[in-house]
Amino acid sequence: MTRPAVRRSDDHETGVGLPRLLWVPAALAFALIALPVAGLALRADWPRLPELLLSESALDALRLSLLTAGISTLLCIVLGGPLAVVLARGRVRGLRVLRSVVLLPLVLPPVVGGLALLFLLGRTGLVGRGLDLAFGITVPFTTASVVLAQTFVALPFLVVSLEGSLRTAGRRYEAVAATLGAAPWLAFRRVTVPLVLPGLASGAVLAFARCLGEFGATIAFSGSLQGTTRTLPLLVYLERESDVDAAVALSLLLVVVAVVVIAFARPRTVEGIR
Amino acid sequence: MRLRTASAVALAVLLAGCGGAGGGGSSGPQQPEQRTLTVFAAASLTEVFSELEPRFEEVHPGVDVVFNFGASSDLAQQIVNGGPADLFAAANTSTMTTVSDAGLVDGEPTVFATNVLEIVTPPGNPAGIASFADLARPDLKVVVCAPQVPCGAAAEKIEQTTGVTLIPVSEEPDVKSTLGKVTTGNADAGLVYATDVRAAGDDVQGVGFPEAAQAVNDYPIAVIADAPNADLARAFQELVTGAEGRAVLGSAGFGSP
Repeated sequence: MTRPAVRRSDDHETGVGLPRLLWVPAALAFALIALPVAGLALRADWPRLPELLLSESALDALRLSLLTAGISTLLCIVLGGPLAVVLARGRVRGLRVLRSVVLLPLVLPPVVGGLALLFLLGRTGLVGRGLDLAFGITVPFTTASVVLAQTFVALPFLVVSLEGSLRTAGRRYEAVAATLGAAPWLAFRRVTVPLVLPGLASGAVLAFARCLGEFGATIAFSGSLQGTTRTLPLLVYLERESDVDAAVALSLLLVVVAVVVIAFARPRTVEGIR
Repeated sequence: MRLRTASAVALAVLLAGCGGAGGGGSSGPQQPEQRTLTVFAAASLTEVFSELEPRFEEVHPGVDVVFNFGASSDLAQQIVNGGPADLFAAANTSTMTTVSDAGLVDGEPTVFATNVLEIVTPPGNPAGIASFADLARPDLKVVVCAPQVPCGAAAEKIEQTTGVTLIPVSEEPDVKSTLGKVTTGNADAGLVYATDVRAAGDDVQGVGFPEAAQAVNDYPIAVIADAPNADLARAFQELVTGAEGRAVLGSAGFGSP
């Protein structure tokens, strides 16, 4: 099987070739994303890289980033999963409005999300004031607040991805299950969930990757303290003030983690659909 | 801001082209030559420089002053990487050194202002903070700048000289972020520059402390080597360092060197 590389991208089923003209803007688009990242790699101080990445502050930030992104992704699945089902299958009025609200974190600057969280859960916020007075709990500056900020920005990624696969999966199998006497919960558990599992997985991967890159909401809501709230993006932002080499090294680390997450986790889940 | 800089560059290139084509003949309509002075300045100088801008443009007809305000370290990186600056005003000497080490400073940088740290509290100072040592009280949520940024380095220096160890709930990446945690009521106190306290107005209250003199921050200004508008840059530098500039700087809370 030695097909030319270009042929491989053609549509196997129809045999319709790819219009050559599309390659030019496609290549430009790819370059726009790939070249700056390559520039980052070129700028890196490779001999010092291990030392820069193994510093205590870098390891703390990596650990915190992975931990909070993991918890946030779980929250996205537990809360965003049912929300996606409601959005895809619900028969309630005002669903369009609900959906546009859910998509807000996608379009808002993250720092706006951070401020919104602060004015809700901050010490003088709507809910935060009560929490402080009644239980002495303050949410900002805690690791929990980082999780909240990340969940806020990442939720739509999971919801949109899952809602899409719920729609394409259709409702026929559930209908069949219902005629066979399955109660809604049983049909949901045994039919719907397995059907949309690939969509859920790819949504979770996207959410996880988004959590890893979260900066604006975190700095506005949680602050920045090593080991508690200072995730990798916050450390990158801080280091670029004093040690550009360290900032570049940490940026590369983020790139590598993100690429690993997307490249290795996503295709597998997408292949699952086929 | 980048857009402004970019359009300023485009404009400058365009004008330079026109000037070249016109040769020595300034015989056209009697309009003053349109020129753009590009000033890269520390974010903390935003208010002061913006106030000086119309005064400068009044004395120099046809000149448009364009600012690129930002973190001094970012600005220094931009200049080193070819940013089109005529004049650079930094919030500390080390970022200016980055630029001068790259051979991009014309002459010696001049220190034109100083800034010291001040304790910032919510209005009315509810926690009753009276001294630097009070910031170490365990019942307080204190925010400071991270040691990597100038305001954090100054705070660290004062901690070392006083022997007071702060346990902050957050080390913020910049001074405005630190201030924000206090203005939103989420921190009981913070350490920011005297000028930030002044700029925040009634949203906060400042508490000065004598140990702040241990970490005075110098603001150097310098004309960039081979700047296309070096003469204008020098004129703006004279305005900043002169009596008028000192008055505006003083009312913003800056000290004089």
